[in-house]
Amino acid sequence: MEQIATSATAETAPMSGVANGEAPKVTARDVCVFYGAKQALFDVNLDVPRNSVTALIGPSGCGKSTFLRCLNRMNDTIPICRVTGKIELDEQDIYDRDLDVVELRARVGMVFQKPNPFPKSIFDNIAYGPRIHGLVRDKTHLEEIVETSLEKAGLWKEVKDRVHEPGTGLSGGQQQRLCIARAIATTPDVILMDEPCSALDPIATAKVEELIHELRQNYTIVIVTHSMQQARRVSQKTAFFHIGYLVEVGDTEQIFENPQDKRTQDYIMGRFG
Amino acid sequence: MSTSMILLGLLIAAALAYIVGIVRCRASTGGDVAKLHSRTGYYGSYLAIWTVLPALFLTIIWAAAEQPVIRHLVETSLPAHAAGVENDALMSLTLGRINSVAEGLPKLSQSEFKTIENARLGFTPMLEAQRLLQEKGVILGAEPEPYIISAAYDEVIYRHTSSWLITGLAALAALAGFVYGFTQIRPRLRARNTVERVVLAALIGASTVAILTTVGIVFSVLFETIHFFQSVPTFDFFFGTVWDPRFTSAGREGGASGQFGLLPLLWGTLFISFVALAVAVPIGLYSAIYMSEYAGPKFRGFAKPLLEILAGIPTIVYGLFALITFGPFLRDTGAMVGLDIAASSVLTAGIVMGIMIIPFVSSLSDDIISAVPQSLREGSYGLGATKSETIRKVVLPAALPGIVGAVLLAASRAIGETMIVVLAAGIAANLTLNPFESVTTITVKIVSQLTGDLEFNSPQTLVAFALGLTLFVITLALNVYALYIVRKYREQYE
Ligand SMILES: Nc1ncnc2c1ncn2[C@@H]1O[C@H](COP(=O)(O)OP(=O)(O)O)[C@@H](O)[C@H]1O
Ligand SMILES: [Mg+2]
Repeated sequence: MEQIATSATAETAPMSGVANGEAPKVTARDVCVFYGAKQALFDVNLDVPRNSVTALIGPSGCGKSTFLRCLNRMNDTIPICRVTGKIELDEQDIYDRDLDVVELRARVGMVFQKPNPFPKSIFDNIAYGPRIHGLVRDKTHLEEIVETSLEKAGLWKEVKDRVHEPGTGLSGGQQQRLCIARAIATTPDVILMDEPCSALDPIATAKVEELIHELRQNYTIVIVTHSMQQARRVSQKTAFFHIGYLVEVGDTEQIFENPQDKRTQDYIMGRFG
Repeated sequence: MSTSMILLGLLIAAALAYIVGIVRCRASTGGDVAKLHSRTGYYGSYLAIWTVLPALFLTIIWAAAEQPVIRHLVETSLPAHAAGVENDALMSLTLGRINSVAEGLPKLSQSEFKTIENARLGFTPMLEAQRLLQEKGVILGAEPEPYIISAAYDEVIYRHTSSWLITGLAALAALAGFVYGFTQIRPRLRARNTVERVVLAALIGASTVAILTTVGIVFSVLFETIHFFQSVPTFDFFFGTVWDPRFTSAGREGGASGQFGLLPLLWGTLFISFVALAVAVPIGLYSAIYMSEYAGPKFRGFAKPLLEILAGIPTIVYGLFALITFGPFLRDTGAMVGLDIAASSVLTAGIVMGIMIIPFVSSLSDDIISAVPQSLREGSYGLGATKSETIRKVVLPAALPGIVGAVLLAASRAIGETMIVVLAAGIAANLTLNPFESVTTITVKIVSQLTGDLEFNSPQTLVAFALGLTLFVITLALNVYALYIVRKYREQYE
């Protein structure tokens, strides 16, 4: 298996699905990631078009989360993790030594697999980011930020009477939308989502998907998902990963209707994964 | 044969029965182990249990009953003129003398025994018999009367008979059990179920003993406390501000009121504990934060056990440190800057005690901080927070309830601590706000009330139980509350 994959990279490496026209928001070139001695990603080249949704799919353990976490340098928090290659956000190298990772993470928000609201009130959850980044002028401004963030995350109507109650008291789906609102509050351009619906029931999932759909107008979204239906529903571009390699990337429709690579075909037909 | 020899014999019998059981069950299926209901070891244990358990019960019951029965036999056989037949207290004295002689008799040689026999019959002076027994370690206050020697003879014989009887009975019970168990072994026998039931019963028995002991201790303290409150008014104890038990005049019934005031002791205890916490909480908490959030695995693996060694130092060593090194050091330093610090002061005891409880705070807080889910930290990093922001604004608030619990547990350690304060806090029961003066604590007074030549039934001694019960209630309440908080905190993240 390893053998086949290696030989296949030669063909797939240059393929990065370069967007037509507009410059991509994020570009990844020859990205390799190592956990200690073990290599988890091999020469990944990917362009993420702006104001659209890019889905990362593939069997579990293939490196989707690892790649996603390179984009806001979350991998820095893992001591044994090492990243090589080049990743640019708006043509600026995010692994550049002069770049402030705190600023980067404010620009690239992240939503995790399991909703992880802080054990604080809903209000303080949202206010957390703006406060630490000094984005707040005064109390009314903060209240405004909280309201608009919740509004954008489609949660305002549900929680406006209890913004001072603990965020952990919300339902799973509401918690996840709270986490999205929390990410939005720091005014990012890019939002990374790592299987945001895998812990949610179908109705909550539908709400989050609808939200992603709306957010696309203003944000660049990269979403990891193990559900191919979800990738199809929400994304414009899809990248298929397989044991550390980016096998195929293209318009979502093309990937699902007419996959080029045998492994993509097998995965989409549900033959493995 | 003595009881311990019987137990040893039963142990050997058990081992043999175990082997026989295994051989027997194998034979019962012609060597095909798969046909057995249980693994072969269970059949071995089954037979061993049947061999040992009945005999063991018999031996234990016998050993418990032996003493009272012999005592009764000896008592009823005493002649009517013997001392104590009319009076219970005297009787127990007489029985004690008989017992001592009976202990000495088997140690005598043939000729010595003859002398005693002659003395009993009146041919030799009794003084000679007393001297002989004395040589064998039997101290008798006065010459033994002849009936005491006779009764001692009887007692020796009773004991001898009893010992042989139980040996025989135990052997018989073991044999009977063995034979019964042996005939029971066949492939369909549910040996495992039986063995596991016995194991379960043994476990229940063990925990019952533990619980009953605790209950027993609490009740004995409780009864002595009630006894104490019969001579000293409850109100004076709990709200009295003077602790001065020594000056109770012996003639007056029950002791003077107002001299057993708890408040100075309680204040001393709380004051010292407060100083201890003021030392231990910041140091312990900061080191816990460093250990769990910043330290690399190597440093952590080396420093955490080192810190926990602190918890393993016997508190008497801390006490010595406080008494010999730290107290004088503090006094001299104070003198240099013009402060009048007593060598044994609140500060000395509090600081040393604080050092002692650092590991409790740090180790528990470390566990609690580590238990804050990684996802919360990631969530915070993902929003662009730095490490210290994440710790201050997410991790610590999330861990706070648990940390409070850890501090309360440490506080209850400090309140119950004895050795350090005995050596370092002083014995003067002062109600003072000055940390440079010496105070005393509940534990210190418990020790000092019980060491000395006071009569046991005096309020001076009994007050120790009242103090002990008070301390017990305080620390129990603290512990229960702390554990409740810690548990609730743990549940939050499960
Ligand atoms: N913190 C880590 N330490 C070591 N190995 C890791 C770590 N995180 C992920 N990996 C390894 O990297 C590979 C890719 O993991 P991941 O990116 O989580 O896969 P996916 O999200 O596609 O399921 C896996 O083989 C996994 O074992
Ligand atoms: Mg993943």
